[in-house]
Amino acid sequence: MLRITDLSVSYGAISALDGISFAIEQGAIVTLIGGNGAGKTTTLRTISGLLRPKAGRIEFLGEDITKLRPHQIVARGLCHVPEGRMIFSNLTVDENLAMGAYLQSDDELIARNRDYVFSIFPRLKERIRQMAGTLSGGEQQMLAIGRALMGNPKFLMLDEPSLGIAPRLISTIFEKIVEINQQHGITILLVEQNANLALEVSRTAYVLETGHIVMQGESKQLRTDPQLKATYLGG
Amino acid sequence: MSEFLQQLLNGLSLGAIYALIALGYTMVYGVLRFINFAHSDVFMVGAFLGYYLGKLVPEHTIWGGLAVLAVSMIGCAILGMTIERLAYRPLRSAPTLNVLITAIGVSLLLEYTGQVFFGAAPRNFPSIFPVRNFSFGSVIVTSNQLIVIAVSVVLMIVLQLIVYRTKIGTAMRAVSLNPKAAALMGVNNDVVISFTFGLGSALAAAGGILYALNYPSIDPLMGVMPGLKAFVAAILGGIGNIPGAALGGLILGTVETFVSGSQWSTYKDAIAFAILIIIMLFRPAGLLGKFTVEKV
Repeated sequence: MLRITDLSVSYGAISALDGISFAIEQGAIVTLIGGNGAGKTTTLRTISGLLRPKAGRIEFLGEDITKLRPHQIVARGLCHVPEGRMIFSNLTVDENLAMGAYLQSDDELIARNRDYVFSIFPRLKERIRQMAGTLSGGEQQMLAIGRALMGNPKFLMLDEPSLGIAPRLISTIFEKIVEINQQHGITILLVEQNANLALEVSRTAYVLETGHIVMQGESKQLRTDPQLKATYLGG
Repeated sequence: MSEFLQQLLNGLSLGAIYALIALGYTMVYGVLRFINFAHSDVFMVGAFLGYYLGKLVPEHTIWGGLAVLAVSMIGCAILGMTIERLAYRPLRSAPTLNVLITAIGVSLLLEYTGQVFFGAAPRNFPSIFPVRNFSFGSVIVTSNQLIVIAVSVVLMIVLQLIVYRTKIGTAMRAVSLNPKAAALMGVNNDVVISFTFGLGSALAAAGGILYALNYPSIDPLMGVMPGLKAFVAAILGGIGNIPGAALGGLILGTVETFVSGSQWSTYKDAIAFAILIIIMLFRPAGLLGKFTVEKV
């Protein structure tokens, strides 16, 4: 579904990604784990068009999207829930969801997606007229995911959904991520620092270290890998 | 008392014009975070379009006046969008200072191109709307003042509806809050920015014509002073804040009119800039603006 080939990205003279390649099959949950500065966020931002790669190729559903701009990529069904959530704080919850459906013109589909978002995150329905900036961290994350779902994605990229969220909400959000994948067949690329959690919900995983993929495989197997355990899983 | 009412009325009609111009500054600041110094010259072009179009319609008619107003607004919307496309869009990823300097360049370009085409000598703006005076006791209301207030109110309501009730308006607010997140929702930021310039420039054109109705001597440098004052009005209300720009305009127009009707009338232009300095010292975010800390 998504194929990355020899992707390199740099910020000025500093290289952030150094020729990474991977492919994601339809229907999977794939995770990208690694420490700070490994290039996880850079990878997602480059796929969604916010950053321009120095070299390499990104293909989505067989089409080369390397040179497309963000709004053109969203139009193809590839949505990105960015790091730090980036909700529109001075817009209401309702308006945030409407922005998520910006490219959708089928009112019936929009209504159905909205109902779906409310069914998985009932909290959002309670707060529909509230300014998004007044929500708690966990609610904002729900809104960010809900907003992306309003875009009717085929492929969803989630950047650190557990960051800055109350621990009891983290498990709720991860349950919903799995549910979104299983019930709607939306393929998910998940970036996480919480490697334990990420390996639990995903099928395959890639480990990034300073711009290189250093390890890859079945998440189940990686969880027992001694080297990975020592580095990312806290022994 | 009647003098107070008279001055208040004069002040509000001047303030409404400042408000219309200030809205353009504030909306462009909202989406691009820079001050479009060429905005005051779009105001001037609006007045000149009105001047030439005014010769094509019969004088002293409501429909003629409104037609001139509408066509000038469309003309300036196109001008504003063209300026954005040619001068500012290529600098989208450049530092703000570069864009600011370019804006001053565009401003000078419009002013002196205006002098080439329109001549430097002031011209007499035709009275495109019917002219009548109504007196309530000793308070005299001119039809032009009523037109200024009516047109401004209608335009501000329309603007409010566009910004808060339409999809493109929501997109404008989204781009203003976070352009990257808006792009990730599928918003083409260039289209929204272009639309914002069109909208702001149309309001400037309306401001130009309304200004010329009340001060019927127009020249290519006429935009400088009202432009600066509207800029102060936008800062006063809180730059980037749409209701703030309207409020700032009304306050500034009223204060200026009261000062010019007093013994300190020589300082009527100075008062705007005194307000600017005071607001910068004591409430830099403006009356309705929120003080925001840049997060890293």
